[in-house]
Amino acid sequence: MKILIRNGRVVDPASGRDETADVAIAAGRIVAIGRVPADFTPERTIAADGCVVAPGLVDLAARLKEAGAGALESELAAAAAGGVTSLVCPPDTDPPLDEPGLVDMLKFRARKLSRCRLFPLGALTRHLDGEELTEMVDLTEAGCVGFSQAERPVKDNLTLMRAMQYASTHGYAVWLRPQDRSLGGGVAASGAVATRLGLSGVPVVAETIALHTIIELVRQTGTRVHLCRLSSAAGVELVRRAKAEGLPVTADVSINSLHLTDVDIGYFNSDMRLTPPLRQGKDRDALRAGLADGTIDALVSDHTPIGEDDKMLPFGEAVPGATGLELLLSLALKWGAEAKLPLAQALARVTSEPVRVLGESLGSLGQSAGRLVEGGVADICVFDLEAEWQVTAGTLRSRGKHTPFDAASSGTRMPGRVRHTLVAGTLAYSAADAATA
Amino acid sequence: MLARRNPQLNAHGELIHLLSIEGLPRAILTQILDTAGTFLSVNDRDVKKVPLLRGKSVFNLFFENSTRTRTTFEIAAKRLSADVINLDIAKSSASKGESLLDTIANLSAMHADMFVVRHSESGAPYLIAKHCAPHVHVVNAGDGRHAHPTQGLLDMYTIRHYKKSFNELTVSIVGDIVHSRVARSDIHALTTLGVPEIRAVGPKTLVPGDLRDMGVRVCHDMKEGVKDADVVIMLRLQNERMSGAMLPSAGEYFKSYGLTEDVLAHAKPDAIVMHPGPINRGVEIDSRVADGAHSVILPQVTFGIAVRMAVMSILAGNDA
Repeated sequence: MKILIRNGRVVDPASGRDETADVAIAAGRIVAIGRVPADFTPERTIAADGCVVAPGLVDLAARLKEAGAGALESELAAAAAGGVTSLVCPPDTDPPLDEPGLVDMLKFRARKLSRCRLFPLGALTRHLDGEELTEMVDLTEAGCVGFSQAERPVKDNLTLMRAMQYASTHGYAVWLRPQDRSLGGGVAASGAVATRLGLSGVPVVAETIALHTIIELVRQTGTRVHLCRLSSAAGVELVRRAKAEGLPVTADVSINSLHLTDVDIGYFNSDMRLTPPLRQGKDRDALRAGLADGTIDALVSDHTPIGEDDKMLPFGEAVPGATGLELLLSLALKWGAEAKLPLAQALARVTSEPVRVLGESLGSLGQSAGRLVEGGVADICVFDLEAEWQVTAGTLRSRGKHTPFDAASSGTRMPGRVRHTLVAGTLAYSAADAATA
Repeated sequence: MLARRNPQLNAHGELIHLLSIEGLPRAILTQILDTAGTFLSVNDRDVKKVPLLRGKSVFNLFFENSTRTRTTFEIAAKRLSADVINLDIAKSSASKGESLLDTIANLSAMHADMFVVRHSESGAPYLIAKHCAPHVHVVNAGDGRHAHPTQGLLDMYTIRHYKKSFNELTVSIVGDIVHSRVARSDIHALTTLGVPEIRAVGPKTLVPGDLRDMGVRVCHDMKEGVKDADVVIMLRLQNERMSGAMLPSAGEYFKSYGLTEDVLAHAKPDAIVMHPGPINRGVEIDSRVADGAHSVILPQVTFGIAVRMAVMSILAGNDA
């Protein structure tokens, strides 16, 4: 299908392009930006006046689990509605992604829905038990872009070192959330709020001890490691030093940790029960600074759909996590505006930079995903930068309705509204269609 | 983020639930203590009843066992002429897999007027208060490590009874503060009522430096901790803390932090010794102190009934 996106503000973070232009799309690819050939006859024209035309978002952490049957459909529809055209799914699905057949099936089902590209992380160990390695070569052939334990611990440092050695043998990346198992058992970040509320704490050292261990093993093994969901100022500093040393590490932060602190727990609001836990203001400030200066490469939704019953529990018993796919763009824009960054720089953290984190694992797609280039794939998000909205359960397509940014919880005003999402040149979402549907 | 109203207060600033001492104004604490004073005499009468809660149903919901606390609430409610229903939920619905809010919905349908809740999770009474019918009042009878407000209030009643005023006191709280809801409620109450020096005393595993965030002076030496104190509040050492990684043994704990007559000699000569009970003799407190002239542990129990009557009668008089 030939599509013309007319007269939008085309922002491509990777090239720095920021200009009003037309974008012509044919056969799933961008054929022209700006000078559209005179003989280009679109079958559909999208009027993008007043809108930004940006690369589709690339979310490095979105869970599709725990949402029951039909979950994939609703969560990929949520991705499309959020302008997300590629997402990385951690392996803690049920069952975990530790066999190529499971990965094949997931990729196949996602392709059939054609809403969003899905890139699974394979389980680093069988059943995510943290003991025996998975068949990483087979899993990679099935489509895994890296290997992870998700939230599950590795049995011991010997196993972790071997897993990293084996992965690096084949050039695979290992994605780890730095949290020491024994220190990470609490339900809120250690600090004044947890002390006052009588909630068990997760101290900062739970993150820094794990980071020290991982960084030391990277130094030893040379493994490419992506550090998931940093939560503390001290953690950001360790990653900054590791990068300065030239170690092959990258990192991300969640929309929740970027915008909230433990004070937002208020009177035991279980929407604020998150992993990693919300920390203090100085941690949030360091995470924001780290994302701005590139110490943290990517902003992720950490999308985790949680059922109603699993949040209607006392804080400590509530299941951690929040919905996020449909909030990622707005919260990236909100951060960018508050940090007074150019639009392209804020968008880079959810487009070109996550693609750089994925690197060669994307194959040829890595050449153009997260970017707007002639000849590249037409994964595009068209959004109204000036539109504001508030999150309510009814505005979300995801089955997960719980988020700290819910209007009733926080009253947060969300800048930016997605109008159209194209995946491989096909409309995966259109606000106008959604309104009339 | 929105600043939200304290869920314990209605739009007029009146108490509709008692969930925590934190955030309650001094006037409400004083009102409860003053009201408790008027109920003390009821407890001395031949007919120990007043009709303030006649026709009302008070449900004691104990998701965690505590015969003693439940009994004091039961006595208080009965002296106010309420109908009291005791539910030992630790042994019934929860073990059948019913969710907390389903249990609450079912009991609300039985026309409860007040829930007295004990739960092992911090914040559970907030969840119940948020989801119960608007006319139902919730009293927190202890939630996780978070709060035990009626214990805090009866401790304040006891201190005021013996010390008259709070303004020049030094109060030392000794023991497992990090896991103690009693300590948290006491600290908030003492702070609100104007006590200038509150000390938290114990080993670093039980009294971590984070507690300074609550406005207390942290002491790891017992004699320094009780020096010139007007009030010494001893906390019960739970069995599970007496060995393992928190403490090596009960004996070694007693050696460092047990309250003996020798240690108590460092406090003011007229110091009072309190304990929320039940006491572990020879673990946190020596029998000669527990039974000695400074001990007000039994009067605390008596005052506890009057304070719980005061809380229930005040709540019953306020609408959401």
